Amino acid sequence: MPDTHGPHLIRGARPLGGDPVDILLADGLIAEIGTGLTAPEGAEAVDGEGLVALPGLVDLHTHLREPGREDAETVETGSRSAAMGGYTAVHAMANTDPVADTAGVVEQVWRLGREAGYCDVRPVGAVTVGLAGRRLSEIGAMAKSAAAVRVFSDDGICVSDALLMRRALEYVKAFDGVVAQHAQEPRLTEGAQMNEGRVSDRLGLPGWPAVAEEAIIARDCLLAQHVGSRLHVCHVSTSGSVDIIRWAKARGCDVTAEVTPHHLLLTEELVENYDPIYKVNPPLRTDEDVRALREGLADGTIDVVATDHAPHPVEAKETEWSTAAMGMVGLETALAVVQRTMVDTGLLTWADVADRMSAAPARIGRVADHGRGLAVGEPANVVLYDPAAPYEADGAAMVTKSSNTPFRGMTLPGRVRATFLRGAPTVLAGEIK
Amino acid sequence: MRHLLSTGDLTRDEAVLILDTAAELAQVGDRSVKKLPTLRGRTVVNLFYEDSTRTRTSFEIAAKRLSADVVNFSAKGSSVSKGESLKDTALTLQAMGADGVVIRHGASGAAHRLAGWVDGSVLNAGDGTHEHPTQALLDAYTVRTRLGRLEGLRVAIVGDILHSRVARSNVLLLTTLGAHVTLVAPPTLLPVSVHTWPCEVSYDLDAVLPKTDVVMMLRVQAERMHASFFPSVREYSRGYGMDGARLDRMPRDAIVMHPGPMVRGMEISAEVADSPRCTVVEQVANGVSLRMAVLYLLLGGS
Repeated sequence: MPDTHGPHLIRGARPLGGDPVDILLADGLIAEIGTGLTAPEGAEAVDGEGLVALPGLVDLHTHLREPGREDAETVETGSRSAAMGGYTAVHAMANTDPVADTAGVVEQVWRLGREAGYCDVRPVGAVTVGLAGRRLSEIGAMAKSAAAVRVFSDDGICVSDALLMRRALEYVKAFDGVVAQHAQEPRLTEGAQMNEGRVSDRLGLPGWPAVAEEAIIARDCLLAQHVGSRLHVCHVSTSGSVDIIRWAKARGCDVTAEVTPHHLLLTEELVENYDPIYKVNPPLRTDEDVRALREGLADGTIDVVATDHAPHPVEAKETEWSTAAMGMVGLETALAVVQRTMVDTGLLTWADVADRMSAAPARIGRVADHGRGLAVGEPANVVLYDPAAPYEADGAAMVTKSSNTPFRGMTLPGRVRATFLRGAPTVLAGEIK
Repeated sequence: MRHLLSTGDLTRDEAVLILDTAAELAQVGDRSVKKLPTLRGRTVVNLFYEDSTRTRTSFEIAAKRLSADVVNFSAKGSSVSKGESLKDTALTLQAMGADGVVIRHGASGAAHRLAGWVDGSVLNAGDGTHEHPTQALLDAYTVRTRLGRLEGLRVAIVGDILHSRVARSNVLLLTTLGAHVTLVAPPTLLPVSVHTWPCEVSYDLDAVLPKTDVVMMLRVQAERMHASFFPSVREYSRGYGMDGARLDRMPRDAIVMHPGPMVRGMEISAEVADSPRCTVVEQVANGVSLRMAVLYLLLGGS
């Protein structure tokens, strides 16, 4: 757990990439913003020169693996990894063992997050009991628990039954909740291993057609509009999905969507050598899809970047492709990948990044005290990011307990230098506290 | 050449060298003492995760004719069936000093993965629905032996292209060797991106046969019959089965091939299977020579 702390005076950082200012963090709040601030007694100075200051990032989609797969990640190691990536709040997905489908499990995860103290851990509740897609879990109990769950998802498995999905969308309205759908038509993806197309056909790997994602998204948008509910679409990965969500928003559907950093950068050609480090659900797609996802994120069709941080032990990836686990770690590389794909390409400003990675996810997850502006009186959830610190990504050097990064060996443009959670440094001078 | 993982990795010269070497080594099979000392002291492991007695036996005879020490490492009854990973098995074989590993595996890409974990040569003897390079090479060898050439020949591959490692390896190799390939299947058994492959596609076998020098029939596996790839065995057979009437529709010296095992009455009638124009038995014989050639070229160098 981070140490107790006094005030911190950040010198010369650039809020949202703007002009350099000093930012004083005291008593858990942003106390002062200005040039040439005088440090109060006992304040620790933080050199912010050249660093972009952003509100603490909020992840809508994180797998912390506890309870059940503590060999891959724990709430503590995962929230340390999150802090290292600039996050001050994460949503912990429900596909644990036992599944987070009761108030007891979500409260356990929430409490473990509080004890670790590196970021606010917001448990996601399962939509159906045991993620089995048969009957609704006790959504109300989870919403009213100490964990105050607002996001419900069977992530990893699609709520494919249309009637059950309708009921879930309707039911969560009572708690201002949202259903986050993993859009994957199960019959069209039986045994699927990678994106269906030229590469899968050549490699002899069963294909995962784009339509399996798009058909569910279209159905869910229509359902959500029919019953007047909020729908969130997890990890959108195809060009067609972006089109459908753009269309649904235009006709007034209350839908939001996320894209992962890896789907903004990587394509299916990486599968050529059958290295399962590139195996993920939904699969890596084509160049055309990557372009559409970037455009969708830029024009607001896609609301947020979410990591889908999915740690796995080494042995789950050091195997033949078809038996390997799906997923990639992503918390510590997300901001750098967004810089490379969206900021350095001129598609997003840093203010837009703050929206897509902090304000919008906090709004969708109903996370109070996160995703707010960098203004006096706001909670001191702040990340300082160096956009000119290129380095070679290396899973073994990461804080997460696992090392399955698809960016290994790639040069990423920048690094998080400091993260503050309610004024407490969880990362300082580029080191986890 | 260090490994043989995909026929797509072979240049035209390399492929021709393998076929020429097989032709030379075929003479060994005609002698009373069918053995050469070439690979004496070298160890070849047959690592078979799928039952395939015919392919394993073919590799075993090929290696033994070159005087290699051959070990059959079957997935059944070994530590593999107790859950040992492919990587640990690879490291074990490496530690035992295997110079070459012949792998048959149900997962596409297993041979590629293995090649990353061992120092010796890896020979892909069939990986999932990906490739089966020695089958394609022995098919090409058989065609060349029968018809004298490959360049410019018209080859039709008929049946379950989607799930066939034989088809993938053959399309790549035959194209490299200058043959023109046409894939013939119901649309459900063709990959979605097949229009990007270096070959023609047809749904109509009868239209293709008159302009075909070689027809390669593929086996249709039982599990496809219950997954709506086609309505019934009978309908499949009517559309895509090879029978006497269809054989008559082909040019007079055209041949019919099958990688075996055949399902008589499904994709091939007994009349065709037993016809002198069907090369099934020759393919098996040629398989030994061809595999000798590949083992010789991969392991014989040092």
